[in-house]
Amino acid sequence: MSQAPAIRQIGQPLRRREDFKLLAGKGRYVDDIKLPGMLHMAVLRSPHAHARIGRVDLSAARSAPGVRLALSGQALDGKIGPIRPNWIIPGSKVPSRPVIAIDRVRFVGECVALVVAETLAEAYDAVGLIDVDYEVLPAVTDEEVAVRDGAPQLHDNVPGNITTIYKVRGGDYQKVSREADHVIGLRVVNNRLIPTCMETRAIVAAPELDGTLTVYIGSQVPHMHRRWIAETVGIPEHQLRVVAPDIGGGFGAKMHLYSEDLLCPYLARELGAPVKWWESRSESHQSTSHGRAHTERIEVAFTNEGKILGLKVETLGNVGAYLSNMASGGPTVNTVNFGTGTYKIDNYEAISRVVVTNTVPVDAYRGYGRPEGAYIAERAIDAVARHLKLDQVEVRRKNFVQPAEFPYRPYGSMGVMYDSGNYQGLLDKALAAFDYDRRRSECEALRGSGIYRGIGVAAYTHMCGMAPSRRLAVSGFDRGGWESARVSIDSSGRATIYSGSMSQGQGHITSLSQIAADVLQIPIENIEVVQGDTRQVQAGHGTFNSRSMAVGGSSVHVSSQRIVAKAKKIAASMLEVDEKDVSYSAGAFSVPGTDIPPVTFSKVARMAYVGHKLPDRLEPGLDETVFYDPTGMGSPSGVHLAYVEVDPETGIVDILDYVAVDDVGTLINPRLAAGQIHGGVVQGIAQALYEEVSYDADNGQLLTGSLLDYAVPRAEHVPNIRSLFQETPSPTNPIGVKGIGESGSIAAPPCMVHAVLDAVSPFGITHLDMPLTPPRIWAAVQEARKGAGQ
Amino acid sequence: MIPAAFDYVRASSLTQAIDLLRNDPDGTKLLAGGHTLLPSLKLRLASPALLVDIGDLAELKGIEISETGIRIGALTTHAELFASLPLNEQLPLFRQAAGLIADPQVRNRGTIGGSLANADPAADWPAVMLALQAEIEIAGTSGFRTILARDFFVDIFSTVLEADEILARINIPRPTAGTRFVYRKIRHPASGFAVVGIAIALRLSQNLVSEATIGVTGAANHAFVGEDAADFLIGKTLSRENIDQAARLLSEATECLSDRYASADYRANLIQVELKRALLALTP
Ligand SMILES: Cc1cc2nc3c(=O)[nH]c(=O)nc-3n(C[C@H](O)[C@H](O)[C@H](O)COP(=O)(O)OP(=O)(O)OC[C@H]3O[C@@H](n4cnc5c(N)ncnc54)[C@H](O)[C@@H]3O)c2cc1C
Repeated sequence: MSQAPAIRQIGQPLRRREDFKLLAGKGRYVDDIKLPGMLHMAVLRSPHAHARIGRVDLSAARSAPGVRLALSGQALDGKIGPIRPNWIIPGSKVPSRPVIAIDRVRFVGECVALVVAETLAEAYDAVGLIDVDYEVLPAVTDEEVAVRDGAPQLHDNVPGNITTIYKVRGGDYQKVSREADHVIGLRVVNNRLIPTCMETRAIVAAPELDGTLTVYIGSQVPHMHRRWIAETVGIPEHQLRVVAPDIGGGFGAKMHLYSEDLLCPYLARELGAPVKWWESRSESHQSTSHGRAHTERIEVAFTNEGKILGLKVETLGNVGAYLSNMASGGPTVNTVNFGTGTYKIDNYEAISRVVVTNTVPVDAYRGYGRPEGAYIAERAIDAVARHLKLDQVEVRRKNFVQPAEFPYRPYGSMGVMYDSGNYQGLLDKALAAFDYDRRRSECEALRGSGIYRGIGVAAYTHMCGMAPSRRLAVSGFDRGGWESARVSIDSSGRATIYSGSMSQGQGHITSLSQIAADVLQIPIENIEVVQGDTRQVQAGHGTFNSRSMAVGGSSVHVSSQRIVAKAKKIAASMLEVDEKDVSYSAGAFSVPGTDIPPVTFSKVARMAYVGHKLPDRLEPGLDETVFYDPTGMGSPSGVHLAYVEVDPETGIVDILDYVAVDDVGTLINPRLAAGQIHGGVVQGIAQALYEEVSYDADNGQLLTGSLLDYAVPRAEHVPNIRSLFQETPSPTNPIGVKGIGESGSIAAPPCMVHAVLDAVSPFGITHLDMPLTPPRIWAAVQEARKGAGQ
Repeated sequence: MIPAAFDYVRASSLTQAIDLLRNDPDGTKLLAGGHTLLPSLKLRLASPALLVDIGDLAELKGIEISETGIRIGALTTHAELFASLPLNEQLPLFRQAAGLIADPQVRNRGTIGGSLANADPAADWPAVMLALQAEIEIAGTSGFRTILARDFFVDIFSTVLEADEILARINIPRPTAGTRFVYRKIRHPASGFAVVGIAIALRLSQNLVSEATIGVTGAANHAFVGEDAADFLIGKTLSRENIDQAARLLSEATECLSDRYASADYRANLIQVELKRALLALTP
């Protein structure tokens, strides 16, 4: 056996252990799974945003070649469904969502009927033969229009199209707004996005000979999918096995419950054969959840010196046609709770309305609510700086929560607590790396020669790993906050970790191994990690909310500690000494101060299984399972800076530099951490400059139906990102980690918008909404020039 | 997605391909590089009964450079046009434009003939063909006919090609020595196609413009020649004022397209900006 590691594994920039397989093209994704006798499902989707369904004629489809089954929503009514959300903010009105539309469709892309055939081509051909009578109804796609009097109504039990009203309050905003030197208002739009995964959704459901059902699905939350599918289709949960193989990206979109997730298991049992469904890219645009889609009205009260006294926010969160899995929690708890950002704003008043419209349901997408929340705080403080003509950095410094104030409850909140942080430290590090002062004067100097450069700043904080379990009930979150890990040592002393977290590209195999290696003191290559199979992994919640290291990692840490504790007992018995005299280091148990020869971890492991010399009443085996329920949540934070040049003649933005300084607590693997920041920042830049889902306001047609119109950035569109870290360990978990996955997509949108606004400030432009496309920037410059009479 | 079922024939002669087209003009489609046709089949935007693959037809291949001009077979791929040294020695516009079409995968398959026949209003080759005063050779039932590129494009996705005709070759007159070329393109962030693309061939004698041709794509229903702007420049220096005036004339030459991404005003502005920048780049 190889020697125990001499250095701590946590903090090492190890290369990803999982990559070789993927780079060699040997990944196994759901679509790679081909089972004997497998049938294919294809779905007919609504071409209308809002319509009553008349007759659905399936006869031609049923008699088409290869077709085994064709059905519409009526046939499933009462058999499976409805699809219920998993997070319901108390007081929400929950519209009923059938698995397949029964008498009414409410968005373009909603399932109307399906075909199961022997080949995918036959299934597609037959879907084309289904004839549906629709009576088209007026549609509404915009959240501001949907809440107006007389707007088309989507659900009888959701009057005014508002499912949820959520209020947050601290201090006395009304009072400070009367007393403040200045009060300004702004309206910002958080553009609707499509969470574009390289791998679209796919699912295979296969009946097994023993009567159980195996479901292969690209899931961020395999155990949650097992529970939801069991409950919604009516399959005993213990007879359902959910397997998530390799996943080509999730970003939140693969943690919800979709119609197809229910249809394949149901149909597989009905037909007694494996049924596969695979989503095409254009289908994905109209059936997989979208992200963001908010409009915010903000009011900020502040002094002449730029100290913010109070903030008022009104959010309209567009959640599409139904309440998807977490939908009522996004625009509410996840957004407005975080509206004050990194700033000490004691007087805060926010109201969030969750609005249904005739659009694809909106749900979690990388950051979920926190990008929207940070955008509120950041756009507000930037507007304050601009209004007072103060330096954007100094205004932030003046308003930051101070290091001594942690743990910090913003605006006296009961629900929000930032466990730790040092925003000044982040800012200083970012400014130094960015060479802020030199760049600032460079910007000013170049303006004279018609070159428009700008610097953007954004700071953020949020909370990761929703927990503890008992506190989640208050907000109506129907799951726990724990994560489970089983560490199983074999008789040679090698370890297998069964983790309830679920990697979708984050590199858990590497990072969880590093966490375990430090405690177990065994080499990384002696550790395997198993995720994504409910038959192998005892239990879990999966990966979302940047929780996997803080919660999943902590549970690996704790179960590894239990392994060592038990091994120590066994070692003591082998060494014939008292347990308290045994010490464990470098993979060996020894008795310091004696010449008793140490015994290695692998020898102890062997003893655990042969059981020949165990202490009295100690069970054999070396295998520990932990359900780790955190006591609190960690709060990552960061300061990002961007340097851009805007060509006022074309509106094109050139990103010259991007510096991210993030505090995610203890860094388990700096290389993977930087990768997470890079990916998040790219998605944030995408929101700021490129991506936007558009609907035709009149008829609710999706106008960005393919990647030909929906602009996902390519390598040439994004800069070299410089990622740096500051480590303020979180006191909320044993390894001191916070979350990281969502950081970049939270910080980058306001940072980019501020940079562009700074660049075009000489024209007198003070506001732009994302995405800042060249035509949009150019038009704003034209407007401003016209206004200035140039 | 999955295309509807279709029949497939790999044509062994130009005549065979034309005969097949004539048999069922509405239900038959030629297949060249497939990088426009196959996506539209997969989305079931088109479902022809028969695909006639012209990939084997030697008559449609190759780049020939002679004293009088350059002949390019319709099946020549974007990648070949990018890579051909002899071609780009004469007409560096090919490398400039090809390098801005999509990505290497698309360039390895897509053909210049397919691009011209398809007449996407935002495709790159049409502007280049106009600037080079190309002539298009078309094969039909009664042999070959030729037409100037400037008369070839009719409307959005529409050309003078009849349903039973095949775009065979492109003939480009040899440029006068000293002619300089530039292609500039503002790409749509999603599709990568041209929001506006401008191709220019220009010759200066003693600092005065002696020859100029301008082709514009992306801005209108189909690529067009900037005749007024080019005429205006003849005999003039490339002074700031002259460049500005040419840019104005060019942007007034057409009614610009307006879509969700870019307004007609924005396109008209890009025409001006891009022409100015192109001419500045050509100024000695
Ligand atoms: C992702 C992507 C990005 C792209 N980006 C760009 C871009 O930036 N700029 C750009 O200009 N183009 C772009 N294209 C289009 C690409 O250049 C196509 O390859 C080209 O337009 C069509 O050529 P093809 O050989 O692939 O034609 P095919 O797809 O085979 O055929 C296209 C059409 O032309 C007809 N046709 C083909 N050859 C002939 C012929 N010889 N005679 C008569 N009719 C014929 C076919 O029947 C069909 O209707 C892009 C394509 C893709 C997929």
